[in-house]
Amino acid sequence: MGIIKTKNVVFDYIRRNEEGDVEGITTAVKDVSMDIQEGDFIAILGHNGSGKSTLAKHFNAILYPTEGTVWVNGKDTTDDSKLWDIRQEAGMVFQNPDNQIIGQVVEEDVGFGPENMGIPTREIWERVEESLKAVGMYEYRKHSPNKLSGGQKQRVSIAGVIAMHPKCIILDEPTAMLDPNGRKEVIRAVRALNDVERVTVILITHYMEEIIYANKVFVMDAGEIAMEGTPREIFSQVEKLKQLRLEVPKVTLLAYELKKSGLDLPDGILTTKELADALEQKG
Amino acid sequence: MALILDHVTYEYGTGTELKVKALDDINLVIPDGQFIGLIGHTGSGKSTLVQHLNGLIKPTSGNIYYNGKDIHDEDFSKKELRSKVGLVFQYPEHQLFEIDVFSDVCFGPKNLGLDKKEVELRAYQALKQVGLEDEYFYQSPFDLSGGQKRRVAIAGVLAMKPEVLILDEPTAGLDPKGRDEILGLVSKLRKETGMTIILVSHSMDDVAEYVDRILVMNKGRLMFDDEPKKVFSHVEELESMGLAAPQVTYIMMELKKRGYPVDTNVITISEAAKEIKRVWASK
Repeated sequence: MGIIKTKNVVFDYIRRNEEGDVEGITTAVKDVSMDIQEGDFIAILGHNGSGKSTLAKHFNAILYPTEGTVWVNGKDTTDDSKLWDIRQEAGMVFQNPDNQIIGQVVEEDVGFGPENMGIPTREIWERVEESLKAVGMYEYRKHSPNKLSGGQKQRVSIAGVIAMHPKCIILDEPTAMLDPNGRKEVIRAVRALNDVERVTVILITHYMEEIIYANKVFVMDAGEIAMEGTPREIFSQVEKLKQLRLEVPKVTLLAYELKKSGLDLPDGILTTKELADALEQKG
Repeated sequence: MALILDHVTYEYGTGTELKVKALDDINLVIPDGQFIGLIGHTGSGKSTLVQHLNGLIKPTSGNIYYNGKDIHDEDFSKKELRSKVGLVFQYPEHQLFEIDVFSDVCFGPKNLGLDKKEVELRAYQALKQVGLEDEYFYQSPFDLSGGQKRRVAIAGVLAMKPEVLILDEPTAGLDPKGRDEILGLVSKLRKETGMTIILVSHSMDDVAEYVDRILVMNKGRLMFDDEPKKVFSHVEELESMGLAAPQVTYIMMELKKRGYPVDTNVITISEAAKEIKRVWASK
């Protein structure tokens, strides 16, 4: 069993009117089974309302399945006695950087998680230092979070999660509110965590370019897993992604357009280098 | 008619050690009917600039003229200005509040003191302009999808019949199809009504695809003001400001570096496909 495993997970939202009477039931997640191995870099794509955030909230026991089971590192998330272990092992980073920072000083904010876990003070400081170094924010440790850019705030949020020594980090559209530079900083930090620290990463995003380094991609639609494969396999299916309200990276799209007009190029080109290499082979 | 900014500077913390020039000597002429892209990293002064255009912020020094009149003259009606220069904020759906979609869109024109018939006519037209089907008119705006809510919020501004429409990152947080829909809508509005559009964006690819003119802000100064191709030829300067060129421009630069005689002055996918075919066809 992997670090996060879901089996036939269904989640129903019960909609109520103003009087509190049940108006209807919406099934946001339908029969999702996945098994994520330790050290994986997983990406989850899907249009607005496809159920990806609802699913992600099951990965650290913010939501519980209506049917089916979710295990985090072998622990059933509905087991109340394991709740704190689960939240420590699977940490979550959300979209809005301003909603996640509580400390007056960067290092205090990062220390908040381990402090709540009852870690001895000395070790808290060690963890704060290594976490801030891992995301490249150590030199800002004495700064006020208010004065940081969006990308820097998100990296502090990530450090706050890492300081709890999780096995898995779930990022729900962490770059949606950032400018191009901030987006790059955050993705670089996330990749380094996965490469160097071997932390399992689950990245939810609307930016196709951010996931070309993932080792597996799930595409959700109407609460179900509609596609599953490597980035290359997924991005080879340009038309299908369009039907699912998604797109492919610009490089992939350009290669696809060239291919359609008769230039014989391989499917699923993901980077500028790959495209240039493929064109070079043509002469 | 035109909006003119004459040596506009905006400072906060004036007279203290912490004095910051959020806008530094901006000179700008915005004629009727242009589609303008405004880019710059977070904190570069973009939002401060757009808030000057409809008089939400008063410059520390310098003047702003709308149709030849100084907007901060005592006899100038700010109320009228704000109906003529419509500003759609970031995440505008957070500002929806009425019990149904139609009433929400009526709110703006109602406050202009128009009679009920005219208010409803405008609301109806605005909702049609943003492509919302009649079946949603009497639903609660909170029951709509993210993309639909955003269109309702835009309709609320359109119902004021603005001559200039400013959109602050209208695609933030939307899925790829949602982004295309909003940008397609903006482009259609501009063609149909001839209104001036100012699009604040973090996506170089989007501005390259849609606008006629780009303004680049950095540290409160207007660094570039030119047509997209010319602006994006300054790749190094843009990168030093935390921005970038469109992705296809980098592809063309890579091909050029490898010795192919391609034009690097290419900013959209269709131009790039055409250019690569031209060069490779001759082989």
